[in-house]
Amino acid sequence: MTMTAVAPATPATGSRIRWADFAPFIALALIILIGTLINSNFASHANLMNVITRSAFVAIIAIGATFVIAAGGLDLSVGSMMAFVTGIMIMAMNGLAPAYGDWAIAMGAGVALVVGGLCGLFNGLIVTVGRIEPFIVTLGTMGIFRAFITFMTDGGSLPLDRSLRDAYRPVYFGSFFGIPYPVLITLVVVLLGAFLLYKTKYGRRVTSVGSNAEVARFSGVSVGRVRTLTYVIQGLCVAVAAICYVPRLGAATPTTGQLWELQVITAVVIGGTLLRGGKGRIWGTVAGALILEIIANVMVLSDLVSEYLVAAVQGAIIIIAMLAHRFTSSR
Amino acid sequence: MTLNCLKKRMLLSAAAIAVAMPLSAGHAQERDVKIAVSIPAATHGWTGGVVYHAEQAEKEVEAAFPNIDVIVSTASSASAQVSSLEDLSATQDLDALVILPFTSEELTGPVEQVKAKGTFVAVVDRGLTDPSVQDLYVAGDNIAVGANTATWLSEKLGGEGEIVVLRGIPTVIDDERIKGFSDVIAKSNIKILDIQYANWNQDEAFQLMQDYLAKYPKIDAVWANDDDMLLGVIEAVEQAGRSDIKYMLGGNGMKQVIEMVKEGDERTPISTPYPPSMIKSAVYMVAGQFNGQAPMRGSFLLDAPLITPENADQFYFPDSPF
Repeated sequence: MTMTAVAPATPATGSRIRWADFAPFIALALIILIGTLINSNFASHANLMNVITRSAFVAIIAIGATFVIAAGGLDLSVGSMMAFVTGIMIMAMNGLAPAYGDWAIAMGAGVALVVGGLCGLFNGLIVTVGRIEPFIVTLGTMGIFRAFITFMTDGGSLPLDRSLRDAYRPVYFGSFFGIPYPVLITLVVVLLGAFLLYKTKYGRRVTSVGSNAEVARFSGVSVGRVRTLTYVIQGLCVAVAAICYVPRLGAATPTTGQLWELQVITAVVIGGTLLRGGKGRIWGTVAGALILEIIANVMVLSDLVSEYLVAAVQGAIIIIAMLAHRFTSSR
Repeated sequence: MTLNCLKKRMLLSAAAIAVAMPLSAGHAQERDVKIAVSIPAATHGWTGGVVYHAEQAEKEVEAAFPNIDVIVSTASSASAQVSSLEDLSATQDLDALVILPFTSEELTGPVEQVKAKGTFVAVVDRGLTDPSVQDLYVAGDNIAVGANTATWLSEKLGGEGEIVVLRGIPTVIDDERIKGFSDVIAKSNIKILDIQYANWNQDEAFQLMQDYLAKYPKIDAVWANDDDMLLGVIEAVEQAGRSDIKYMLGGNGMKQVIEMVKEGDERTPISTPYPPSMIKSAVYMVAGQFNGQAPMRGSFLLDAPLITPENADQFYFPDSPF
């Protein structure tokens, strides 16, 4: 079954496949063009910086998801995990602040990376060692992480210690030569991700496991280890996103990261990664994350659509984008 | 085998978390009046407050009246609430039910069935479709939350200016607040530039406010319809460094915002209460109904007076999560 699914992708090589690879970027350019035509404020420096900066969270998490999905897995727990990691990180920072001052921020960030990695490892091991469908596993952990953050906040909010706010704020609001830090961090994550997926043996194993696990197993790839590692990468990406997220509002709440998993998966798929695995597009994923965020932005900036129908238009645009993608890649 | 074990373990751990809180109610022997309290689980700030105040009410009422047993039960959805109602009334002989229904339509039938067994029914916040089911109705005034804020704002702006509004989740509560607000604003020369949903979510409010700021070069005031969203709005405005915005207002009386009001914040000098503690009012009133012949049938509508630096102390609960 997986064999037949993979087959059509390979013979249709040549110049056409390159077109399909560019589809997400063409869609992105088109949406930017439409945005500029609809409202002149869209192209203003402040607006573009806002939109790019806030798409950083989904983009960073989606890089991890590109690995998971390319290897034939799925992670629905990322939104809840983000909230959970954020909560743990804030608690760690608040606890360390009296003793270590501003160093608590760096230590808290370290804690976040460890917790994120462990959460990912947990997902990965249940999927691979427990041999349960990733959809079910991560649906379960989605509920668990969400309940934990709700428990940690008593349903209210868990604020970052005031003494740390000023030192930590620049991580979201600051910039380096005009480029906001979250964008720089995203860029680093993207470059690392692209290197790992395209230039290393591990990356090639990820896609081979995703396109056909049996064949990969026969050719000596440790399928379980490769897959488990993709979930760890996902967990680390979630932690990095959490590190950028906390300075924005300075608190974790039970609604933090709610439904982000869907945005993340949508970004990955719009970007050209196959949902059934076997193909990963890191840069496409970034374009996908930007497309989602820009559509939402354009919706607010335009007065064309009733506030009740915004979500419908967003959904329609995503479907049209995917259809256009399909046409360019199959003809 | 291991597969089944793992599955079971996962289900168990998820179930344990879901069940842990509702079961915390005490079971004393000599308590012969049972009051069940059915409320939504703590999924956001306001419902977090409801759970907190319900648990406080349980402790206080049980301490004050040794014959009363209060059972708090939380549910994460309308259908879960129906199930928990069925479980409660099947396993216990309930004298009274205090319920904050998830939705009016879906809960009316199940509450009617509880009522048919002779249980005293107190409905909080969201009314049932058939008001004859309830013996007691305790609610806040969403129209007033919107209208009082609008009256204050309209006065401060001298009856003219340009404002933006953030809506919550499409519900009756949100509709009423918006209606109360826009009806008053319509009588002035104030123009509502834009109105969009941000789902009572801080992050979405932050992003929406950023977009409003990019779209409109001049905004006189923002109304966020809820204090959770207001916190997101404030971050966005501060980041943009916009000085044209004179007022940023919310509603609900969240403790962080009450703190700002107490400190006499220039742009957020007021809030309006829509207190989650109304669940506590209801439990206290029901306890009165069953003790000392204090009759408590009827409707009780909480006012939504402006919270100002002068009276903010009365609305400030530092221990509550909201």
